[in-house]
Amino acid sequence: MSVKNETVQSQTTQYLTFMLREEGFAIEISKVREVLDVTTMTRIPRMPEYLSGVINLRGNVVPVMDLGQKLGMGSIKYTKNTCIMIVELEVDANLVEMGVLTDSVQMVLDLNPEDIESVPKMGTNLNTEFIKGMGRQTEEKFLIILDIDKVLASEGEAALREMGSPVPGQTVGAKPEDAAGAEA
Amino acid sequence: MADTEYAEVFREEAGELLEELETSLLELEKDPADLKIVSRVFRAMHTIKGSGAMFGFDDIAGFTHHVETALDKVRDGTVPVSTELIDLTLASRDHIRVLLDAATGGGEADPAEGERIISGLQALVGGGAQDRAQAIVAPEVPAKEKDPTEGRRSHYRISIKPTPEFFVGGYTMEALIGELGNLGESTVFMDAEQEGGGVLVLLTTDKGLNAIEDVLVFAESSCQVAVTVLAVEGEEDLEEHKKLGQILLERGEISADDLTTVLARQKPLGELLVGEKLVSRTSVDAALAEQRLVRDAKEKATVAKGAESIRVASEKLDQLINLVGELVVTQARLTQVASHNKDADLVEPVEEVERLTAELRDCVLNIRMLPIGTTFAKFKRLVRDLSAELGKEVVMVTEGAETELDKNVIDQLGDPMVHLIRNSIDHGIESPEERELAGKPRKGTISLAAQHSGANVVITVTDDGKGLDAERIRQKGLEKGLLRADTELSEQEIWNTIFTPGLSTAKTVTSVSGRGVGMDVVKSTVDALKGSVSVTRSVKGQGTTITIMLPLTLAIIDGLLVQVGETHFVLPLSQVEECVELTQEDIARFHERRMLPVRDQLVPYVRLRDFFAIAGERPAREQMVISRINGDRFGLVLDGVVGEHQTVLKSLGWVYRNATGLSGSTILGNGHVALILDVANVMQCARREEHNALSN
Repeated sequence: MSVKNETVQSQTTQYLTFMLREEGFAIEISKVREVLDVTTMTRIPRMPEYLSGVINLRGNVVPVMDLGQKLGMGSIKYTKNTCIMIVELEVDANLVEMGVLTDSVQMVLDLNPEDIESVPKMGTNLNTEFIKGMGRQTEEKFLIILDIDKVLASEGEAALREMGSPVPGQTVGAKPEDAAGAEA
Repeated sequence: MADTEYAEVFREEAGELLEELETSLLELEKDPADLKIVSRVFRAMHTIKGSGAMFGFDDIAGFTHHVETALDKVRDGTVPVSTELIDLTLASRDHIRVLLDAATGGGEADPAEGERIISGLQALVGGGAQDRAQAIVAPEVPAKEKDPTEGRRSHYRISIKPTPEFFVGGYTMEALIGELGNLGESTVFMDAEQEGGGVLVLLTTDKGLNAIEDVLVFAESSCQVAVTVLAVEGEEDLEEHKKLGQILLERGEISADDLTTVLARQKPLGELLVGEKLVSRTSVDAALAEQRLVRDAKEKATVAKGAESIRVASEKLDQLINLVGELVVTQARLTQVASHNKDADLVEPVEEVERLTAELRDCVLNIRMLPIGTTFAKFKRLVRDLSAELGKEVVMVTEGAETELDKNVIDQLGDPMVHLIRNSIDHGIESPEERELAGKPRKGTISLAAQHSGANVVITVTDDGKGLDAERIRQKGLEKGLLRADTELSEQEIWNTIFTPGLSTAKTVTSVSGRGVGMDVVKSTVDALKGSVSVTRSVKGQGTTITIMLPLTLAIIDGLLVQVGETHFVLPLSQVEECVELTQEDIARFHERRMLPVRDQLVPYVRLRDFFAIAGERPAREQMVISRINGDRFGLVLDGVVGEHQTVLKSLGWVYRNATGLSGSTILGNGHVALILDVANVMQCARREEHNALSN
């Protein structure tokens, strides 16, 4: 890579923009490996709701997370625009893939550092840990730039916490006679 | 100076030799009179020395030389095999290991240790004659098979045909010839045409055949070596009979010229027979062809023998197994498509592919299988050293060392086994005095046993020590807050709390155990291998048995594909005992209590639909798959059984590593993901949840 190229890269970063509930979000494009249409998903039982399940990605089993639910914005409704972004991240020194379910993927956007504002201390109604900054797309329009590593990495700890403790909603679908059986 | 590439070859080779050395030494300790083992030990040392010198590991060669000298005396029978000798030789084996690591950039060797060993050995060897009284056994001299050629000047023809490996290994022909030349007078005929050509050495020496073989021993694996005794001076010719002409010639009754002329007149046997019309020319030709064939076959056999095994990088094997895994998945899809299309022409080839794939799978998985005995052998040394350190007398016996297990599993099994054995020696087996008081033999026994059980391997570590003290474990558990005072636990459940982190009942901390780490490490390692570990028997004063159960392989298993609603699950077929039907009447008969009599025995069950909260109505006729877990039968109720399924195991990924009741996933023929059930975990969770529901 030439020196000239590097200086250009250090100035602007490319972001992939996507929608969650009519709201614009973005993540660094270098984190995204590919974007897929929604395929058959196998739900893993007794796991938090925002973990949508696993998919078969060319012979590899890849977990998928519902980003809407994870960020507390309600679950994604499946439409023809619904997409899975396959994101790469490092966990315990291993590169792993993870699917992220979004309402739709929009475009690739170049942003200069001066286009990115710092996160307001309050008002986003989101865990500010998950946000890298607010990207200015136009004068009026802002994008929430997510720190996807932090969003996904918090999963490892969450999964650990879930271990051993009953999962809320596990009795959904249980027949009353089961409760009777248990009390006997 | 050691070239890194060659250094790696040497390191690997020496590593194997060192392991072999250790095993041989421990065998020798048991059976000191067996001089075959002594020669094995000697050869191993000799090879290390020889290749060490060739590859430029001068430290190792120098050190090993001294050990070899001492061992040579043992081989001669001038020095007896004693415990000190074995101790020192074991110590030198360890020292060579250290030197080897140091030479390849891992740690530093302590020269003082080497000197200590050498002087120890020299003292032992020098004072061998006087110390004979202390020897375990005085060897019967001359127990070694007498070498008839030793000490007599003899002529040898040595032919060395190197294979390409020889040069890859970094050997040089010059070095080998040089060493041979050191033995006596030698004449070398080298095939100058090509570099990889063979060498013929005519050697005259009085050192004996053994000495020559010792020189050639490290070339044997990569060369075709043939040593022929041409003549031993002062001895009649060894050949059984000489040809007539030769004898006549030797007696001077005919001249060499006469012989040649007469011989030239003689026709080959075949020609003569045809001439006399006794046999047809065709049969002679056939007989000659046969002769040629047999000769060729024999030659080939000798060549093939040199390539009985090859070394392959384990990544290559892993890649092969991955590919076979993909193939199995694709084949499943093919089968599904074929049965869907109902194309009669397709059925046969598809069945053929299915059969071939299954064979290929078994074959490939088999490549990675190793006998567990290699691991067992390592523990012999551990037991020996530990019992000496702790002042206990322990013998280790093994059973089922030939049981085969995936290499990856064996590699990871080492540490947990070490912990278990340490624990048994440290906590289980009493001191010799205590044992005598208790009316037991002074020597404690640790037995390691391995056997196949379906698609699992069961490994047990049994000691005849004092057994687990359930009450003390319970107290300790309560103290550390690991157990609750109000819960009733069976004895077995209490024993198994030793696998909980932070529990150690040892009263004193020794260098080996009692630090509260260890047993939980055993459990987590075994869990990671998709196995289980538990205390299966413990009787006060009689000993403890710990059982490790492991799947044969971590790559592909035979599974039973079942269905609940839209979700597919796979149960390892090895865990399935039988399938029965569960009807509405059965359920009503037991007033919705989850149990069913199967073969005169009540089997409790868990309905997967409820356990996994899967939406939908359950069918009128459900299926129940019965497994046996720790000796108890237990049923899983599901909607339907689809059939057998060759399952390529895939991890569920790090997000789901703690998923309840599941151990992984697999991809079905239609591309959907099915989940692999961990039956034991489902049972434990269901039981705990029922228990919790009751206590609230």
